[in-house]
Amino acid sequence: MKLAVRKELLVGLTAVILGLVAGAIFMAVTANNPFAGYFYLFAGGLMNVERIGNTLAMATPLILTGLSVAFAFRTGLFNIGAAGQALIGGLVATILALTLALPQVLLLPVILVGSALGGALWAWLPGLLKARFNVHEVVSTIMMNWIAYWLTYYIVPSFFKGAYETESRIIPDAGSLKLPWLTQLFSGSFINLGLLVALAAVVVIAIILNRTVLGYRLKAVGFNRFAAEYAGIRVNRHVVISMTIAGALAGLAGATLYVGYATSMQIGVLPSIGIDGIAVALLASNSPLGVLGSALFFGILQSGKGFMNAMTKIPPEIGDTIIATIIYFAATSVLIEQWFDRWGKKRRGGNTRV
Amino acid sequence: MFDIILHIFPYAIAFTIPLLVTSLGGLYSERSGVVNIGLEGLMVMGSFAAAAVTVALYPTMGAGAVWVGLAAAMFAGAIFSLLHAFASINLNANQVISGTAINMIAGALTVFIARTLTGSGNIQIKQGVPRVDIPFLSDIPLVGPLLFQKSYATTWIVLLLWAVLWFVLYKTPFGLRLRACGEHPHAADSAGINVQSIRYAAVVISGALAGLGGATILVTYSGEFNGSVAGLGFLALAALIFGQWKPLGILGACFFFGFAATLANASQAEPALKVIPEVILKVFPYVVTLAALVLLSKKSQAPRASGEPFEAGKR
Amino acid sequence: MQPVVEMLNIRKEFPGIVANDDVTVSLNQGEILALLGENGAGKSTLMSVLFGLYQPEAGVIRVKGKEVRISNPNVAGDLGIGMVHQHFKLVHNFTVTENMVLGIEPTKGGVLTLRHASERIRELSQQYGLDVDPDAKIEDISVGMQQRVEILKMLYRHSDVLIFDEPTAVLTPQEIQELMKIMKNLQAEGKSIILITHKLKEIKAIADRCTVIRRGKVVGTVAVKGTTEAQMAEMMVGRQVSFHVAKGPYHPGAMVLKIEGLSVRNSRKLPALKSFDLEVRAGEIVGLAGVDGNGQTELVEALTGLRPSESGTVSVNGKNLTRASVRDRIDAKVAHIPEDRQKRGLVLDYTVAENFVLENHGSAPYSEHGFLRPDAILAHSDHLIEAFDVRCGEGSQSKARGLSGGNQQKAIVGREIDSNPDLLIAVQPTRGLDVGSIEYIHKRLIEQRDAGKAVLLVSLELDEILDLSDRIAVICRGEIVGMVDASATDENEIGLMMAGIKTGVAQ
Repeated sequence: MKLAVRKELLVGLTAVILGLVAGAIFMAVTANNPFAGYFYLFAGGLMNVERIGNTLAMATPLILTGLSVAFAFRTGLFNIGAAGQALIGGLVATILALTLALPQVLLLPVILVGSALGGALWAWLPGLLKARFNVHEVVSTIMMNWIAYWLTYYIVPSFFKGAYETESRIIPDAGSLKLPWLTQLFSGSFINLGLLVALAAVVVIAIILNRTVLGYRLKAVGFNRFAAEYAGIRVNRHVVISMTIAGALAGLAGATLYVGYATSMQIGVLPSIGIDGIAVALLASNSPLGVLGSALFFGILQSGKGFMNAMTKIPPEIGDTIIATIIYFAATSVLIEQWFDRWGKKRRGGNTRV
Repeated sequence: MFDIILHIFPYAIAFTIPLLVTSLGGLYSERSGVVNIGLEGLMVMGSFAAAAVTVALYPTMGAGAVWVGLAAAMFAGAIFSLLHAFASINLNANQVISGTAINMIAGALTVFIARTLTGSGNIQIKQGVPRVDIPFLSDIPLVGPLLFQKSYATTWIVLLLWAVLWFVLYKTPFGLRLRACGEHPHAADSAGINVQSIRYAAVVISGALAGLGGATILVTYSGEFNGSVAGLGFLALAALIFGQWKPLGILGACFFFGFAATLANASQAEPALKVIPEVILKVFPYVVTLAALVLLSKKSQAPRASGEPFEAGKR
Repeated sequence: MQPVVEMLNIRKEFPGIVANDDVTVSLNQGEILALLGENGAGKSTLMSVLFGLYQPEAGVIRVKGKEVRISNPNVAGDLGIGMVHQHFKLVHNFTVTENMVLGIEPTKGGVLTLRHASERIRELSQQYGLDVDPDAKIEDISVGMQQRVEILKMLYRHSDVLIFDEPTAVLTPQEIQELMKIMKNLQAEGKSIILITHKLKEIKAIADRCTVIRRGKVVGTVAVKGTTEAQMAEMMVGRQVSFHVAKGPYHPGAMVLKIEGLSVRNSRKLPALKSFDLEVRAGEIVGLAGVDGNGQTELVEALTGLRPSESGTVSVNGKNLTRASVRDRIDAKVAHIPEDRQKRGLVLDYTVAENFVLENHGSAPYSEHGFLRPDAILAHSDHLIEAFDVRCGEGSQSKARGLSGGNQQKAIVGREIDSNPDLLIAVQPTRGLDVGSIEYIHKRLIEQRDAGKAVLLVSLELDEILDLSDRIAVICRGEIVGMVDASATDENEIGLMMAGIKTGVAQ
């Protein structure tokens, strides 16, 4: 097991390095200085306590959507719908925050549970369609994304309109995941309780996958559904369970985004944490601990790109470009793996197969 | 009633045509055995290329620039799809992941370059493709004004392409070999066919067609590149499944989606439709797609080898 | 007599394996040469090199005395070499004609023109007595006819050297006779044939010479007439082979499996099993013989819960399991050694230890309160690896994918036997295995029978059925057409029943 983990880590790191190199090339080709660019990019994310706080805050939803995608992947399912699930989760969180007059210590757990349930429901349906009708989850989750988009587009302005047409009312302090002592600790950044939720989720998901009967069955279905069926594992039920849990995680991500990081809900945009979650999961080879590392790295990129743009004129989209390139390399990691295998063989000499 | 149809028909067609050409691209790719989730990104690529080239050439070429833009879009889509082809065919990577990576790269890279070129992430074109009245045919009562007046030139190009692509798929050796690669690549291989080459060709064709799809949106109803095609690439995939991987089925599916999607806009023209809350009309196409996928699940005619990497060693 | 094909000092490698090591084989004009070897010996690889599917790392190929490089099947075709593959290379939704012309399509101005080709195929089919309809779709014709399409493909491309790769795996004994006749015909017409097989009887029946391959190397070439089956078997395996497993008399006990009137539809909604009846008692092995595709797969799936049945009942130890889930059947002490070990029997990406608890991971001592107990799982695995001689590089922690076919099968057999079932369903338990593993598994099956278990053996290898079974049931077109005592029958009688020509029920 140790060897496999190390190889996945190497592959991930190589993909990151290759992506950063590609980013440097893009910067250079558009007449910018890559060294200055990367300096300000990382400085923007890590330079001081406030920035670190912001990095953590940006990473928080990514940890959760990354877990969501990775978890579904382990059962062989592509959850492209994390964005829609997060949107619904965020919608439920916002509505609860705006309508329930409870003290924060009660309101926050209600919000978290509600957002998880909302996201779970939104993923449950594609899971069911896949299990019963073999409808490919890539297409069905994308449809759900757009349904969520339009639902939010009409519900928020109709019932919860804020100062502008395109956003909701500001949520009361009791409904926000931001805690004054935490915010002060990080010098007024966007950091919020969501971080602890995300960290707890990492631990829980890792335990489920590696130590429980449920995890064993989910992975078996993901590796070989025919063998799972042969062994008496209910494949359809586990497909639905997997998607539902994945949806719950994405729903929580929505809560950390809309009532954690932000204090109101914007309409007219599908949260990018959905697609970024896929990137996080891929880079992490779908391991929970890897997701944590991967999300933190992406958090730095997202958090620092504004500073980089301010100091060097390099468009902030370079951050997304680098991420996308890293993903391409992670997707083609087979090649990287083969390089490592061949390099390893040369060192050991001769054939490696029994 | 007819007035509603007359009113929304051009919008429906404008929505349908890019969907159709992209879905045809998906058809070729999948029937050769390569799943192409990256259609969305390839459309964005095409949209970007067409916008950039059209704007760059407008000062010198005027109205003609848009045609070069369309050609550039096909070229850009074809080139960009090579990334997916290489990953899927040479490296046997997971095709869904590779396609997703393509979408992400396209979305980010195009806006990045656009911003470097123009300062904002959007590119607007001054003039799109001309709208023409087809002689003789547009004088036919009822049908004439509906179908042949003020139609976009791209509509006819795409419909012509549809016929050509149908013909190539079913009536030429290339099409026969392509279909063999998607159903039983080992049979094709032992018949001396180079499965890799055929699949490369199919993916490049899908890139070119999807690029054209993205460009068509730009030069007909959008007028502006903004880094996204609002999920049309995925809708094209749904149309492919809905159409059961056959050109005729895809034509029907795309027309259906075209009309379903524009119904929401129709409510503005027709008071009778205002009764239905707008949100229902907006989500209607997506809900219907889900329902259609469920209904069609039993009879799926997906190419048997689609999505499976071809390994020469396996017997 | 000049050799028409010579393969000299061929070396073919795959990552980690040398499939052909300095192999020299020559085929004389107008002869039938058998290529004999165990599963995995390298015979198919060698022929794939000849057919242009693989390129050798070293060695020379000569056709009619001239040195050639066969870089792809087209080149092989141009040289007159054709191959009938073990797994047919036919596109299921194309017609026969479309399959035949694939790669050499006739066109007029770029457009496919198939009518002339259709005619030519019809003529050829009549000339060689192959009875093939050019306009039929592959998915609509029988397996036997599909094989004849493959033969026709070679003749259509003017092949003079015909390679047959394990052609009889899917045929009844009578169809095998017909194939032998067709091959003799082809020989009479001047063709030269290479027959890849591991079946000694067929070699004796039809081949002129036989080259034996073992573990990638040539052991020797013999004239078939002067060599016995035992001698060829010894060359193939490297030691004396006992063809029959030692088996004592059987003492059948209580009824364990009772199938009554079972009807099952296959994936294409056609009836695969029609009102099927069968009984298996404790302490006996009932062998189910039949040509592939006559309902065996659907029967096993219905028995194990992987496919619903339309009507009829299945009871085990008196308990009605007809509508029971897979889980319930496992709990009812029904064990299943599946037909496809890699698809059904193992999760290849799991370790050997994880695979050993595939069915019982949810219960004590392997888990508690929903959490797995790794120590118990590991101990169990170590025990089974020893008990069932499963060879794996890193012991219990090896990934199942890295095991050889024989060891994977032994692991599955060990797992199923260890669950102490009342009914053991073994489907093709020795498919694709080396002789050593085959002997081992046969011994364990007899052991189970002697320990009082009920064993249902479903196999396409008639020798295996005749060797192991106490009673033999024959299935044809979804029905039992014969039930005989193993000691009272022979291959011929079973063969006739398998083809549906004779029926017989002996008490």
